[in-house]
Amino acid sequence: MTHTGGRLPLHSRPQWAVFFALVGVAALLIPVLNLAVDETSPFHVPDYLVPLLGKYLCYAMVALAIDLIWGFTGILSLGHGTFFALGGYAMGMYLMRSIGQEGVYSSHLPDFMVFLDWKELPWYWWGFDHFAFAAAMAILVPAALAYVFGWLAFRSRITGVYFSIITQAMTFAFMLLFFLNDTGFGGNNGLTDFKRILDFPINLQTTRVSLYIASVVALTGVYLLCRFIVRSKLGRLLAAIRDSEGKVLFTGYDTLQYKLFVWTLSAAICGLAGALYVPQVGIINPSEMQPANSIEMAIWVAVGGRATLGGAMVGAGLVNAMKSYFTVAAPELWLYVLGATFIAVTLWLPRGVVGLRLPGLRRSKGKEEEDATRSEGSPVEGPRP
Amino acid sequence: MRTILSSSLGGLARRFFVVLGILFILPAQGVAGEFEDALAGLGSKSRKQIKSSIQQLAHLEDPRALPALTALLEKRLRVDAEGRLYEVVEDSGELLRIPGGEVVASPPDSLRKPRINNAVRRVLGPAIAHLQLDSPDADVRRSAAEALPDRLSERMLPDVRAAAEREKDPQIRELLALALARADIQSGDSQRQLAAVELLGESGGRVAASILSTLLEQIDSEEGSEADPALRKAIESALARIEMRTDLIDMAGNLIYGLSLASVLLLVALGLGITFGLMKVINMAHGEMLMLGAYTTYSVQILFLQYMPGWIEAYMLAAVPCAFAVCGLVGMGLERGIIRHLYGRPLETLLATWGISLLLIQTVRLIFGAQNVEVANPDWLSGGFEILEGVVLPWSRVAIVLFASATVAAVWLLLQRTPLGLQVRAVTQNREMAACMGIATGRVDMWTFGLGSAIAGLGGVALSQIGNVGPEMGQAYIVDSFLVVVLGGVGKLAGTVTAALGIGVVNKLLEPLTGAVFGKILVLLFIVLFIQRRPQGIFALQGRAAES
Amino acid sequence: MRMKNFKNLRLALGMLGIFSALLVAGPAASAKDDDTIKVGVLHSLSGTMAISETSLKDVVLMLIEEQNAKGGVLGKKLEAVVVDPASNWPLFAEKARELIAVHDVDVVFGCWTSVSRKSVLPVFEELNGLLFYPVQYEGEESSYNVFYTGAAPNQQAIPAVEYLMSEDGGGAKKWVLLGTDYVYPRTTNKILRYFLEEQGVKDSDIMEEYTPFGHSDYQTIVANIKKFAAGSPTAVVSTINGDSNVPFYKELAAQGIKAEDIPVVAFSVGEEELRGMDAEPLVGHLAAWNYFQSIENPTNAAFIKQWKKFTGDEDRVTNDPMEAHVIGFDMWVQAVEQAGTTNVDAVRQAMGGQTVESPSGYKITMDAKNHHLHKPVVIGEITEDGQFDIVWQTDGPIRAEAWSPHIPDSASKIADWTYPWVCGNCTEAKFQTLPGVSAQ
Repeated sequence: MTHTGGRLPLHSRPQWAVFFALVGVAALLIPVLNLAVDETSPFHVPDYLVPLLGKYLCYAMVALAIDLIWGFTGILSLGHGTFFALGGYAMGMYLMRSIGQEGVYSSHLPDFMVFLDWKELPWYWWGFDHFAFAAAMAILVPAALAYVFGWLAFRSRITGVYFSIITQAMTFAFMLLFFLNDTGFGGNNGLTDFKRILDFPINLQTTRVSLYIASVVALTGVYLLCRFIVRSKLGRLLAAIRDSEGKVLFTGYDTLQYKLFVWTLSAAICGLAGALYVPQVGIINPSEMQPANSIEMAIWVAVGGRATLGGAMVGAGLVNAMKSYFTVAAPELWLYVLGATFIAVTLWLPRGVVGLRLPGLRRSKGKEEEDATRSEGSPVEGPRP
Repeated sequence: MRTILSSSLGGLARRFFVVLGILFILPAQGVAGEFEDALAGLGSKSRKQIKSSIQQLAHLEDPRALPALTALLEKRLRVDAEGRLYEVVEDSGELLRIPGGEVVASPPDSLRKPRINNAVRRVLGPAIAHLQLDSPDADVRRSAAEALPDRLSERMLPDVRAAAEREKDPQIRELLALALARADIQSGDSQRQLAAVELLGESGGRVAASILSTLLEQIDSEEGSEADPALRKAIESALARIEMRTDLIDMAGNLIYGLSLASVLLLVALGLGITFGLMKVINMAHGEMLMLGAYTTYSVQILFLQYMPGWIEAYMLAAVPCAFAVCGLVGMGLERGIIRHLYGRPLETLLATWGISLLLIQTVRLIFGAQNVEVANPDWLSGGFEILEGVVLPWSRVAIVLFASATVAAVWLLLQRTPLGLQVRAVTQNREMAACMGIATGRVDMWTFGLGSAIAGLGGVALSQIGNVGPEMGQAYIVDSFLVVVLGGVGKLAGTVTAALGIGVVNKLLEPLTGAVFGKILVLLFIVLFIQRRPQGIFALQGRAAES
Repeated sequence: MRMKNFKNLRLALGMLGIFSALLVAGPAASAKDDDTIKVGVLHSLSGTMAISETSLKDVVLMLIEEQNAKGGVLGKKLEAVVVDPASNWPLFAEKARELIAVHDVDVVFGCWTSVSRKSVLPVFEELNGLLFYPVQYEGEESSYNVFYTGAAPNQQAIPAVEYLMSEDGGGAKKWVLLGTDYVYPRTTNKILRYFLEEQGVKDSDIMEEYTPFGHSDYQTIVANIKKFAAGSPTAVVSTINGDSNVPFYKELAAQGIKAEDIPVVAFSVGEEELRGMDAEPLVGHLAAWNYFQSIENPTNAAFIKQWKKFTGDEDRVTNDPMEAHVIGFDMWVQAVEQAGTTNVDAVRQAMGGQTVESPSGYKITMDAKNHHLHKPVVIGEITEDGQFDIVWQTDGPIRAEAWSPHIPDSASKIADWTYPWVCGNCTEAKFQTLPGVSAQ
């Protein structure tokens, strides 16, 4: 392999093959099977499955974002739900504005504002009539919040659990703030009852499929970006920060800048995921900011396998698919299944599901691959044996 | 100290003799038939009838009606099929005839409880107070004076005035004088009005303020009439004085509320201060330990109800060690079974304990049902006392403050003054070194985690007295507990205590200014900024330990 | 070629696994059994709302069991499809879609919170499902696909306030409107504020206060209520939700506020909630509902008996939303039998005007126009045993106002699903100008 500028190639050739195959299946095959194949055919992908898969894809993006900051940089955030929800709110605000006067009260204002007797659009809603503005805000607002928060926290070298706990406090504070009706984001009900996106009716199957494809594209892009980062020199620096920040500092790197960059990027990715999530599930409300939700996001990554991008995505998909399946199959007992899985994964699969060594698939250790993504032994935490 | 709930009426027998005494001294008042009819009306099925009978009895001013009226208020009145009245004696369960008071040896079969509602209770309270004003017992008179309505009726006025004149006890006299002043203010007699305004300004509370401002409005609306400028000025100065006093009282009240909130936070967070603070286990199942403690309290209460109903009042005392033991055992089991495999990977304990918390919640839901369960306050924890006018400190809160202090003291003693505490500190400071010194670190871990969980269980006992007991209750406290521990400084119990106090008091001082939600948000913001200034919390560990 | 790393292969396998699980789960679950009629039950069995919603799930299961014992509907057995939306609002929409699209249910009984209803509404409208919503709510809504069996504000809040104004209720002059900060309390209080103003209550005599969900520290608020109430008769109208009620009432009692001084009337405290509380401090406080367990009549007695037998627990209680499900279920059964099919459009037409003998002791009618019930209003005082002592009730059932006439923005709106209106939110009829044109 030729190394240029300390960067490793993104993928080996077979990996690229698998990658394109997966993207092809997700972006082309599923939409075709849904739209073009007859409903009675066994190959038909049912309508309800498309937004559901779209939702998993958004969660997978969140998992990538968390993996980037936790798995690769060693900073556990319990507040990513905030970034996700802020992105969602930005998109939700656009969707609310695009309802126009078709709301319940036929006003140019969103229904909940009419209801609160507001006569004018608050200033922070300005601009959300435009899709491009909303899309930009969905990424910029979480990124800006993360930047300020991260700057405050990293500057004073808040690390480890301290950081985790204050991110939890942050998401809790935002949840309380958004729960308030007076803050102008719809209170507990949040934003819902969307009608159209970019003039396409939102409940049309073709719109849904388009949103799904957009999610596939976004996830692919985010994955490649993350892959690019972790395979670059920056990625190795991040791993070094994770494993011993002190030593990195002594070698002359300003770790604050690197941490801040990854942290902000991670938040922006979450915002993007949130923006794609909202039109597909049809509602955004403050319960997305519940501390429990953010904990769950971290758990997807842990279940799938930290410090492996594929693992993060698999984890998000797996946990949520389990949730979808067992809430119907065993509505009284699904919490047992979920809880037991979490415990089992921590006890027996410290590397997550992708760390499973399937019989027959003997893992051969490509040296450069391993070194770039993880240091063997203690993958995340500090020196305690 | 004044007990608010009139549950202090335990001296029933005493009052009974008092009434008997009065019976001998005073000849029966009014027309005999009228009294009997009104009394019998108390047992009516119609609440309207009961209400008018009470009013009539108050009007007759016959103290013989007192036992029946108090029995009615305290739900001890019974009626048999023929409409004869009885009262049940609280402790012995004996049945007494009304009027008369003879013990009924063989109770009739079908006894009915007259049902009263708010409308009845609203006339019943003043009626009893009216009749009790003449009681020879100072305590009875005091509670009567307290129970006087805000605005005395025409009919009661002369009686209250007479009572005030013959009253010896200065405290009761002041109460009566205030009640009279509230009435005098409306009298139109400017001399009396002035005196009343003066008195209310001196010692009146919010009720007085409200009456005074109504009067002021009246004066203002009748511009040009013979409104006395002196009166007007007196009212204004009285209002100002009352306001200053009540503002001070409010401040004091908020401090006290803050203290009590702080105790709750402390009890909730103390266990986490050990499992997370000392052991570095990110224990997401901490809330569920609180929940288990509360459910243990519930179970103990059920067992008491079933097997020793006579001792039900004492169930709380039994619940404390039970919750300690149950949660301690569960904690030790979890430590041995799961958590001990995760030392050195603190962030992974987050994942496992989250799983544990889901399991515990669902288990409790399957056993006890998804609904909340009822944990009753024992009588000695119900009610409260009024420290200042309008500021009531409930007994349950007092108990929690005391309980929290005792728990902190016990934990401190345990950690600082016992061999186990020494080992715990040794292991948390330097595991290898401790192991080299021959400490069985594994066992110490088990004990430490058990202790943390057990203390969380104690927190659960306390929470059961002020809030809900349900499967999800623990989730609500997770964020708060972690914040308290982190703000205080991980691994420092003194920090946990200080942080709880700080958050509690600040929260309560902010709440009146900003409302509950913004108060909380501001506190969170403040905490984040504070940690930013002092990343290791209020009480930072010094030296190398801080870096690890 | 030698594969150096199987990470992506494993990823592929993982994805494939999820896929196959879903694809197998989907058809397996949807394998349509023509011998049964499927009834969806969409109530949270975990999460914060499980406290209230699990009992509703049980009621529906009980009703289905009873109906099957009677021979089912249209000669077919009923089959319950229970799912757990876990108090998660987007999950409600997802599960609703799954119930209708995958499991092919003919009707859904479900939801409690307003936000869950708002979340599933677009799904029901898109897939033309049928939802029975059993909880008192804020009104301002009427959907073609929903039958509202709970109370609208005019069937609960306004009569309660009128009672408290009356001499019997204490003749309140000052009002504390206290609620959890979400849409139901906000709307109810908004309607009440307009109503109180119409009654001549001054703005300064109304105190409106909201607390967040799960708020548990009421020390300051209760102290404020005491301050506010000093000097004139005051009543508290509480729309505090679920979990916050226990700390609120405990604080009231602890600070020495008695029901005869400052009565609290609650719209969200029923028998089920009281079961989880020590009722002693609540005695004398009020609640306004359309049904109480303590109402005495044969229908109710039978319902209570059946419920206790079904749950196998003598201590279980019945409450208003449960009764709403009973009414809704009975009406749906009648409508299906009348229509001779479970087809949603046919059943919807047949639902209008259905009448059932309800446990509240009245004949309850479904309004064909606005999809709400005509319900009686009953006010009860809480007794020591956690039941209600009925102190006041309306002469008969009251028609629900889907749109409140007390709110300016909705006063002119009409919900009428019959011809020629065919609209849940209109100020003029859809078909007025084009007579003879059939509905699309």
